[in-house]
Amino acid sequence: MCGTCGCGEDDHITYRKPGEYKLFHNHEHTHGGSTHSHAHDHSHEDHGHQHGHDHSHESEQGHTHSISLERNILSKNELIAERNRGYFEGMKIVALNLVSSPGSGKTSILERSITELGEKLNCAVIEGDQQTLNDAERIQKAGAPVIQINTGNGCHLDALMVNKAMKALDLKQNSILFIENVGNLVCPSLFDLGETKRVVIISVTEGDDKPAKYPTMFETSHLCLINKTDLLPYVDFDMEKVKETALKVNPRLEFIALSAKTGEGMSDWYAWMQKL
Amino acid sequence: MHELSIAMQIVEIVEEEAKKYNSAQVSAVHLEIGTLSGVDPDALKFAMEEAVRDSIAANAELFYHFIEAVAVCEECCHEFKMDDYFKVCPYCNSINISLLKGKELKIKSIDIQTD
Repeated sequence: MCGTCGCGEDDHITYRKPGEYKLFHNHEHTHGGSTHSHAHDHSHEDHGHQHGHDHSHESEQGHTHSISLERNILSKNELIAERNRGYFEGMKIVALNLVSSPGSGKTSILERSITELGEKLNCAVIEGDQQTLNDAERIQKAGAPVIQINTGNGCHLDALMVNKAMKALDLKQNSILFIENVGNLVCPSLFDLGETKRVVIISVTEGDDKPAKYPTMFETSHLCLINKTDLLPYVDFDMEKVKETALKVNPRLEFIALSAKTGEGMSDWYAWMQKL
Repeated sequence: MHELSIAMQIVEIVEEEAKKYNSAQVSAVHLEIGTLSGVDPDALKFAMEEAVRDSIAANAELFYHFIEAVAVCEECCHEFKMDDYFKVCPYCNSINISLLKGKELKIKSIDIQTD
C-alpha cells in the first residue's frame, strides 16, 4: 500500500542525478502476502530502543499479555535521523533542511547562493519533489552537485531517503548540504532528517498569516527566510505581524528578509550560514 | 496526509513487537497522542482502519489516549494548559514558554494473544 494516500500502488521513490535515468529504487518487501514498499530501514541490528514487559512467563496457557512499549511511533525515522546527524557531525557538514509551501522560492534562493558564492560555498544539494528533475537541473546549472529524490505520491522526505541520497552524493568534509524538502508546510514538520538546522521559507505573496495557519512548521524551525521582498510594494504583507505571530509559536525563531531576485538581504543569509 | 505513514509505522512496530513473543494476534493497541503532536485525530483513526487490514492487528481494539498540552512559563514558572500554539503566559504575558507535554506520539502498550 502506498504510504501516503493508501492507494493500492506501491510507493515509487526514485533517486536521480540530472542526466541519469534511475539511480536506485527504494526497498520493497512482503508482509503477510501483500507486497508493499516503504522507505524505512528493515535491518534490525540498529534498534536502540528499550521497552519494559510487564507480563509474566509463568502462565503457559493461551493468554492475553499486556506489553508495555512506551515507544515513539516515529522512532524508526528518528534512529536513522540520528545516524545522519552523527555522519554530518563527523564530517563537519552543516545540513540545512529547507521547508516551505510550493513556490516560495527555495530553489531560487539556492540558485542565487550557489552562483554568488561559487566555490566558497562548498555545498551539495538534495532536491525533494513528487515528480520531475526540474529543480535538480536548475541547481546543476548553477554549479553544485545535486541529487533529486522523487517521492512519487509522498508528501515529505524522511530520514532514510536522505540517508540513501547523501551516500550517492559523495559529500565533502567542511561543506554545506542543502536538503530542499517537498513543498508542503504540514507533513515535513514531523520528520527529522538529521539536519543541523531547519529553515522555513515564506514569501510575501503568500500572505502574512502563514505562521498562524501552519504553526508546527514554524515551531520546529530555527530560521525563517521571508523571500520576494522586491514585491512588498505590491502586496498587503505585514512583516511585523508575521514575526509577532511566529514568535508566539517559537520565541527563538530568527528572521531574514531577502529577495532571491534582486539580491537584497542575501548577504544576511550568507552571514547566518557562516556562523553555523 | 502524513497520518497514513504514521498509521503504517504503528502497525509495523506492533507486528515487530508481537513477533518477539511468537504471538499471531494482537487484541489491543494503546496509543498516546498529544493534542499538539501535529496529528489529526480523525485522520489517524481513519488511516488506522486501513493500515491494520490484513495485519496482525486486524482485529485489535484501538485505544486513543489524547494528552492535553501543558506548558510552563520560562519567566514566571507558572504552568498552564495550551489549547493552541499561540498562547502566551496567562500570568505574565510572556511568549517565552516551553511545552511540558502534548507532543506525544507513542505506542503505550499492546495486548497480545499467546498459546
